[in-house]
This record gives sequence, C-alpha cells and structure tokens, in this order.
Amino acid sequence: MCLAIPAKIVELFPEEQNRALIEVAGVRRHIDTSLLADDPPKTGDWVLIHVGFAMSKISEEQALDQIQTLTMLGEQEAAIQEVQGYGLGET
Amino acid sequence: MSIPLPKIRFRDPQIEMAHGAGGKASRRLVEGLFAPLLFGSSTEPLGDAAHINLNGTCVAITADSFVVKPLRFPGGSIGELAVNGTVNDLAVSGARAQALVVTYVLESGLPTEILEAEVRAMAKAAERAGVSIAGGDTKVVEHGKADRMYITTAGIGLPIPGIALSAASVRPGDKVLLSGPIGDHGITILLARGDLELEADLCSDTRSVLPLVEALARAAATGIRWMRDPTRGGVATSLNELARDCGLGVLLSEDKIPMRDTVRGACELLGLDPLHIANEGQFLAIIAAEHADAALEALKGTPGGHEAVIIGEMCEQPAGTVLGATSYGGTRVIDMLVGDPLPRIC
Amino acid sequence: MKFVDEFREPGVIGKASGEIRRLADPKRHYRFMEVCGGHTHAIYRFGLKDLLPSNIELVHGPGCPVCVLPMGRIDDGLSMAQDPNVIFTAFGDMMRVPGTNGSPLEHKARGMDVRIIYSPSDALKLAQKNPDKHVMFFAIGFETTAPSTALTLIRAKELGLSNFSVFSNHVTIIPAIRAILDSPDMRIDAFIGPGHVSTVIGCRPYEWIAKNEGKPIVVSGFEPVDVLQSIVMLLQQLQAGEAKVENQYKRVVPWEGSRPALRAMAEVFELRPYFEWRGMGFISQSALSIRDSYAQWDAEKRFQVPGVRVTDPKAAQCGEVLKGVLKPVQCKLFGKECTPERPVGALMVSSEGSCAAYFNYEHRKAAVLTSIGAAV
Repeated sequence: MCLAIPAKIVELFPEEQNRALIEVAGVRRHIDTSLLADDPPKTGDWVLIHVGFAMSKISEEQALDQIQTLTMLGEQEAAIQEVQGYGLGET
Repeated sequence: MSIPLPKIRFRDPQIEMAHGAGGKASRRLVEGLFAPLLFGSSTEPLGDAAHINLNGTCVAITADSFVVKPLRFPGGSIGELAVNGTVNDLAVSGARAQALVVTYVLESGLPTEILEAEVRAMAKAAERAGVSIAGGDTKVVEHGKADRMYITTAGIGLPIPGIALSAASVRPGDKVLLSGPIGDHGITILLARGDLELEADLCSDTRSVLPLVEALARAAATGIRWMRDPTRGGVATSLNELARDCGLGVLLSEDKIPMRDTVRGACELLGLDPLHIANEGQFLAIIAAEHADAALEALKGTPGGHEAVIIGEMCEQPAGTVLGATSYGGTRVIDMLVGDPLPRIC
Repeated sequence: MKFVDEFREPGVIGKASGEIRRLADPKRHYRFMEVCGGHTHAIYRFGLKDLLPSNIELVHGPGCPVCVLPMGRIDDGLSMAQDPNVIFTAFGDMMRVPGTNGSPLEHKARGMDVRIIYSPSDALKLAQKNPDKHVMFFAIGFETTAPSTALTLIRAKELGLSNFSVFSNHVTIIPAIRAILDSPDMRIDAFIGPGHVSTVIGCRPYEWIAKNEGKPIVVSGFEPVDVLQSIVMLLQQLQAGEAKVENQYKRVVPWEGSRPALRAMAEVFELRPYFEWRGMGFISQSALSIRDSYAQWDAEKRFQVPGVRVTDPKAAQCGEVLKGVLKPVQCKLFGKECTPERPVGALMVSSEGSCAAYFNYEHRKAAVLTSIGAAV
C-alpha cells in the first residue's frame, strides 16, 4: 500500500536540522528526516523514502544477513539431496 | 439511394486529458469517432502516417501537434520536437521526409525572444534532419487561451525503396528491435516541470531517427515488417497496438530493455513503469528472424544506434497481448497505458 | 540500485522458490493473504505467482488506501474544491479515482485547480507560494503515510499558515485485518504482513493475530526475494504447527516501530469512532481524524462537507474477494461492467487493487499460460 524505496543521503544541512538531500540512481530530492529524530542520519547512510520523508534507516548488516540466510538455505538443501542421492539412489 | 451511416462507437461524454495521452482512451476516440467519420471504409490499422497514391506516385503524409510544458527542457524544446516528431512519424512509416509545413498557435503576450528561439530551433532541427520547411500559418489567441505556444507540423515524404510495412505481415518468430534506451524524454519532461522537486542529469532523446531507419533499410529492407516510434504511452502502448493489429503476442525479455540508471531510479521513486514513458528519439522495428542479426549490426554501426538491442520476439500466443518475462522465470502482462502516467505513492 | 538489485537477483530468487516447493505439502491448499497492496503490485509486476506451486494461493488484502476509500469521500473532497479559490492537491494515485461526477483529473480538465504532488510537504510549500489561495490536501494512506501528513500539519501550525488544510482520509490497518478475521466465511491460513506500515507501528500490533487467532504472520519487504522468503517463513511456521509474528524485513522494520512517527500521529490525529470502507462497510476505530487543536487546518471543519454517501453497488462482490471467498474473476461484474477504466467496485479502482491487478495481468495470462510455457 505504500511505495517506499532505498535512497542514499548525500548532503545534510546544519542550518536546517530535518532536511537532507538524497539520491536514488542519480535522481536527487530534498527530503524530511524528522522521523529519524531519535537516531539522526549521517551523510552516506541509506534510508527508506516514502512521500518525501525518511521512514527508517536501512541496515546493511541485516540485508547481508538475509541474503546469506537464503543462499545457505539452498545449499543445505542441495547438500541434503546429495546425501540422499548417495544413500537411497537406486532403492 | 442511401449511404450507410458510419457506426460511431465513441460514447465518452466529454473530452478528457486521457484522450490525448496516447493510450486506450486515445485509441477509443480515434477508432470510435474519427475513423468511421473521416477515414471511410478503410480497414487498415491506423498508423502514424498514411501512404497515398497521387497519379501513380506514392507519397507519405502525416501531421502532428506539439503541446509541451515547459517549452524548453534539457536536450530540446518544442520547436525541435515539432520537426523531429513529424520526420520520425514519416520515417517509421517507411518514408523519408521531404518537406514540412508548420502552424503556430501563439498566446497573446508571448515574448518574441521565446518565439524566436523556437523558430531557430526548428530551422536547426530541419537542417539536421535534411528536410525543408515549405510554408505555414500563424494564429494568435487571447492571453490565457493557450499555454504560450502550440506548434503543428505536417510533413510529406517519399517511400524508402524496398520497404513495405504492415502489421499484417508480422509473423511468429520475428524479432522485436529497439533502437536505444527508453524513457529519457518522458522522465526529462516530468522532472523539468518541477512539481515533483526531483533533479537528475538527464536529457530528452529528441532526434531524427531517419538515419537509423535508412541504415536498417539498407541492411534488411525486405525483413522489416513494421515500425513505430514509441512516443506517448511508451513502448508498452506501441507494442500493444501491434499485438492487437496483427493478432499475435509479443514476448519481451524485461532484463534486456535498455534504460539509463536515472530513468530507472525516477521510475522506482515515482512508481512508474518505464515501458509507459514517452520517447522522442527511439523506434521499434519488427524484423524477420533471418534478418535480425544484420539489422541489429546495421543499427549498432550507425551513429546514435550503438545501444540498439533485440528485446523480444513475436509469438503465436498469447494473441493480442504483450508479455514480459524476467530472467528468474516470472511473467507479467504488459498493458497499454490508461491515460497519462501519474506518480503514485501506493 | 543498492538494496534493490540484490533482492531481485535470479540465483537467490531461485533458491527461495525452490525452498517453497520443498516445504509446501502437495496434499494441502494454502491461502496466504498479502495485506498490503504494495505486495499485490510486486507479485504481479515480478510475476511471482509463476514461481509458486499451484497449491499456494495468494489472496489480495485490504491494504490499498485508494481502493477502500468510499466514493462519497471523493465527492466530499471535490465539493470543497469547487470554490475557485481552492487548489486541490493529492497524490497521483487519487487522480483517476472516480467520484459521482468524475475523477479529480476529470474535474481538472473542466477547469478545477487540481495539482498532483509527491509529498504533503509540497502541498504546504504550494500554500506558502500562493498566499491568496487556499491549498487543500486530500490525504490518503495507512500508518506509513499518516506521519508525513501529521508532520506537515505540525509545520503548518508552527508557521501559522492560514491558507492550508488537510482532508484526512487516513485509515489504520489493524481494524481491517480484524474485520477480515471476524468474518464467518474467512478462509485465510496465514498473513504476509505490511512492511512499510510496520516501519511505523512495529510488529507488536500483530501479536493478537498469532496468539488469539492462531494465524502465522510475517512482516515482509517488497522485492521478489522478500516476498518469497516470507512465504518460506509462513510455510515453516505451518509445518511446525506454530503461529507467531516474524519480521522478514529486518533491514528496514524495527520491531518497536518508529517512536517519532507515532508521536507525530498522536499529536495531530485521533481515532474516528467509525469509518466506512469501500467493500467492507463501517469498521469501528479504523480511521484518523484531525484533533481539535489542529481544527484550523482540518478541511472537514473549515469547509461545508456535504457528507455524501454512495452505497457500494449491490452486484459488486468486493467483500467476498477481499476475504478470499471469491477470486476476482468469480465476481459477476468482473471484466464486464467493472474494468480498470470504468471501475464499479473498490478493488478495480487502483492498479494495486486486487481486481485491477488481476484484470491487468492474471486473467489474460491465465488463458494463455500453457501455450507460452515452452517459450518462457
């Protein structure tokens, strides 16, 4: 129900606390960062943008973790199949 | 003696913006109102230009109106569009533009320097496209009755020898050739309007595609079945029209469709489908499979054609439908655009 | 594009869909509801149904703010903007949604000053730039969007901006899920939870779904890998006989949600006692109105609101489709009286409404899938 996409913070404005310039694949826009007040973003951080507001910071660690989990899932499965293949092949 | 009454199928109570946006509503208007009353019993699918026979000589004729806001944008302006658009409509019908006539509708109060800049832009674009501007007309309307200026151009051209295009000649297995990256023009205009407060280094792709079409004709004349410049409504709309006109399906490899990062970024940000975004300097060609490699090579070897790519092929089924396939095995139906592309937040 | 491309990577997608096939019990039929219209959109856009075994059915939920908005609210909003001094602003999503006398876009074509905006803050700026006009923002959205409207109203109050107002049509997701679960003919096995709403409300508000209703729910991201991984997690729960709230979208969604967002919403909004949802009827405490302390910026208090009520057409079976009882194509009006260009029912209104999505993609595709099987 809500289109939101990851963007990189490329500039912050000391005179305007809750404003940031973000970039998505070369497209730039000024956005409002008030919703990140509890943990203000730094230049280079990735945030999720919805209707011109940063909704949350994106965790690189969690993203990597997720991809890794999925990759391993598949490998475990392949390994199991391989083992089954050896053991039960022709029965 | 009674003349059979033409059948008017257009039932929309009034004209809305969508009727001019090149999608389903435009098609309803043209096919339901204009065609039965103006084009008589012709059952030919409606192309960008008409080829008519004058005393044994075949000529191509077309007209197009240009309404754009802002008048000038990165990479072009209304004057340049007005020349290239008409040259391109003729080119993708298989004709080389010979002469244009131009009509200006100007709003009272328009600064002369703005008009002069556009006239200069037209002269330059015409020179580049190798076409003469043979005449025209000017009307001035009251202030507030037009958005600064509208330009209409009509063009006449001669068929490029050896080319015979029609949707009916398209066969399953034919390849879909695209001349270059999509969406540059539409996204440039959307950003240039400034309402969305987005910025990007992006230019309109407005240009004459005639050199590319001629290169294609030299390399694969008899193998070219159909061409179209995917302006308003984008690639999706043009290919849906083709699918409907030829009764075949179009299967696109979505990952092969070329597009600049900025166009993709803007589309992701605004929730738009790049296949619905307007282009002003690209064209689609359906090429017989055995000519496809030669056609692609010819385009790639022509200045401005190095980003050409085969993006899909024609198939028996799904008839009348454009289907996109992803590299991971998902498929989706790619529909015509309904009205203007609007940014969405949902 | 970072945080996008790696979640569309064919290798990872293949692994996730392989895992789904391994986990799904071929003797069972699964009905999973994706609550959020954004998921519906992603499922169709990326062709994700092609990657699922046929016994996993995805039921498209109520999370499309445009679809569930009653036509009367659109009429109300447009009626306020009849005043030539008013600039009507809304997201692009609203522009083609039909009111009784046409959509905002049709009103624009007839001369109404209608502007498409990307952000509520752009509407505020427009008001600052046009001090002799009144700028009304037609606000829609769930909890993802409501904080941005709230912050914009807080800003308007700070600025003392008198020529700006908001017509709040913000709704909340939990009561809608409750209404679906309370319905006697409900047939959902588990839920794909709304990812972006959860950046605001967090994951706790879903706990009752697992605890009291015994239905698994996984808060999910929107990329192909996210949706498929969420289905894997739901299947794992069902296989283990569990029902819990899980967060698949950890890179974005904090378990506790966003305190600043909830603070802004609490400052500006209060719950309406009840609100009408298109296709679902009245749902209590399911929508947000603007508090009295912000009355000056509340379009419903500043303008005469006719309070138009347009009853849902009887023949349209939106409610049954929402609950998963009927597939869109089984509705009597589907594709005949009711099409995306001329929608009758709620779910045909927005491209992410389940019927529109089904119409645009699935129903034509279903007829031809076998024949292209070889080609794709």
